[in-house]
Amino acid sequence: MTVMSRVVELRAMQYRRTFRASLFSSFLNPVLFLLAMGVGLGTYVDRSGSATQALGGLSYLQFLAPGLLAATAMQAAAFESTFPIMAGLTWQKVFHAMYATPIGPRDIVLGNLAWIALRLTMIAAIFTIVMTLFGAAASPLILLAIPAAVLTGMAFATPIAAFSATQRTPEKFNAVFRFGITPLFLFSGTFFPISNLPAAIQPIAWFSPLWHGVELSRALALGTIGANPLLAIVHVVVLAAIAIGGAAWAFRTVERRLVRG
Amino acid sequence: MPDLPPPPDAALIRARGLTKRFGSFTAVDAIDFDVAHGESFGFLGPNGAGKTSTMRMIGAVSPRSDGELSVLGLDPELAGPSIRARLGVAPQQDTLDTELTVRENLVIYGRYFGLSRAECGRRADALLEFAQLTERAGDPVEPLSGGMKRRLTIARALINEPDLLLLDEPTTGLDPQARHLLWDRLYRLKQRGVTLVLTTHYMDEAEQLCDRLVVMDKARIVAEGSPRELIERYSTREVAELRFPAGIQDSLDGQLDGLAERVELLPDRVLLYADDGEAAAVAVHQRGLRPETVLVRRSSLEDVFLRLTGRSLIE
Ligand SMILES: Nc1ncnc2c1ncn2[C@@H]1O[C@H](COP(=O)(O)OP(=O)(O)O)[C@@H](O)[C@H]1O
Ligand SMILES: [Mg+2]
Repeated sequence: MTVMSRVVELRAMQYRRTFRASLFSSFLNPVLFLLAMGVGLGTYVDRSGSATQALGGLSYLQFLAPGLLAATAMQAAAFESTFPIMAGLTWQKVFHAMYATPIGPRDIVLGNLAWIALRLTMIAAIFTIVMTLFGAAASPLILLAIPAAVLTGMAFATPIAAFSATQRTPEKFNAVFRFGITPLFLFSGTFFPISNLPAAIQPIAWFSPLWHGVELSRALALGTIGANPLLAIVHVVVLAAIAIGGAAWAFRTVERRLVRG
Repeated sequence: MPDLPPPPDAALIRARGLTKRFGSFTAVDAIDFDVAHGESFGFLGPNGAGKTSTMRMIGAVSPRSDGELSVLGLDPELAGPSIRARLGVAPQQDTLDTELTVRENLVIYGRYFGLSRAECGRRADALLEFAQLTERAGDPVEPLSGGMKRRLTIARALINEPDLLLLDEPTTGLDPQARHLLWDRLYRLKQRGVTLVLTTHYMDEAEQLCDRLVVMDKARIVAEGSPRELIERYSTREVAELRFPAGIQDSLDGQLDGLAERVELLPDRVLLYADDGEAAAVAVHQRGLRPETVLVRRSSLEDVFLRLTGRSLIE
């Protein structure tokens, strides 16, 4: 535990240089999205009776905001688990430098994952504050949407970090974003209910970790989680299982890279 | 039986039949060596000889494929973190953090060893002084020269006051002035009694810094001794280097026989190994041969390597 915290300390030290800019964009991003889509686009959506019906009587802003919270955590997690991992293992090789000290491969993985979780917590907390200011929070349970979003992000961060440790160039990262992150961002119930998709492809949502995260965050932000607590537990278990499985995979790929030199 | 502490003169490193394989390729082939406390020990060999692979096994970051290895009395397989806690490592390739300043690189490295922030700061300032980088303390790493980066890497390796310092090609790629500055710093460490293990493919570096060395070639150790012992054993005291006009060297066949203990024909010159190089050069003239240039010099480890492998160290 204490050994792993030294890895977090390094990441925090590196982060200090970009701290202000990063906090500012964590704030600006939800403001812009909620303004353009929640308020701007939402005005049209809310005028349509059929849309209001499909959203279960919610305003579009209320529907969108918690989904966007989970999706933002996913995107930040994907970024944090690609380029910084490649920098540490391939570019500047600072993880190799760490491995020459008492710090071991597992500490390096756990420390980096802990750092990513911290970053996601910051991002999700700021997002939640903005959401609340926009009037998109319907329940105090929205506070629990923060850990839900972090868990969603970690379900992406751990397997992607494991994959990043197998790569020596960032070429395939484009594919991860183009064929993984972006389609999930669009089709996981963030912007419109899954029930609007053709019936044949609706079950595919179950395979999207983001869908679980979106549903969970939304149920918390709107305070509707009590309606189906079992489903919420399923979401948590699915996300946690992916996050843990990904971490176990990352232990292996990072150790292999460090040993290989 | 109680566990006895190792005797004070016990080897800091002991390797027997140490082997490293990558798939079916053998990078280090059953080598034996010992490194004693306080000595400065070198691996001299060309690129690809297996020096880095050996250093990484000693550094407890790469498991051995076969053989025995003990570092500071411990088995790297079982006690990696405890061994690494007492080592200082300057890897062949710089692994400095370009997102941090020069001083921050030292401070965070001390933190990896569990030192307090205050202690890391104190040691960082002393090491900046030692590495002659005090003026650059607050600068980012990237604009530093190659020599400065190497000095920073070595300073970083000293932050935990290691019992053993591992230096993989400490001056490769540096200009002569930067190399001499670095040698001077390493020489000071040696005088302070720090045990140094270094690899190099520069024979002058090995002669300057090593009390004892092994010559490595193609994954094996081919000779072992102090630089002076190796030269005495495998070479003569002096060498006369002759350069002939183009075309002449190929038509020399046999004309140099008997002029020296050993004659070595290289593509661009002829080496006459003799205890009195001057006399050998005079004898060449007496045979009516007219080399364009004649250089008489003392034998070096380069000559040892040539003798042992038939090739030069640096191609
Ligand atoms: N991780 C690795 N995987 C496969 N081959 C390797 C690896 N590391 C080194 N080698 C090979 O082992 C041989 C010895 O390399 P190395 O120990 O780096 O030699 P040196 O440091 O003396 O130049 C080289 O042929 C190199 O290509
Ligand atoms: Mg090497």
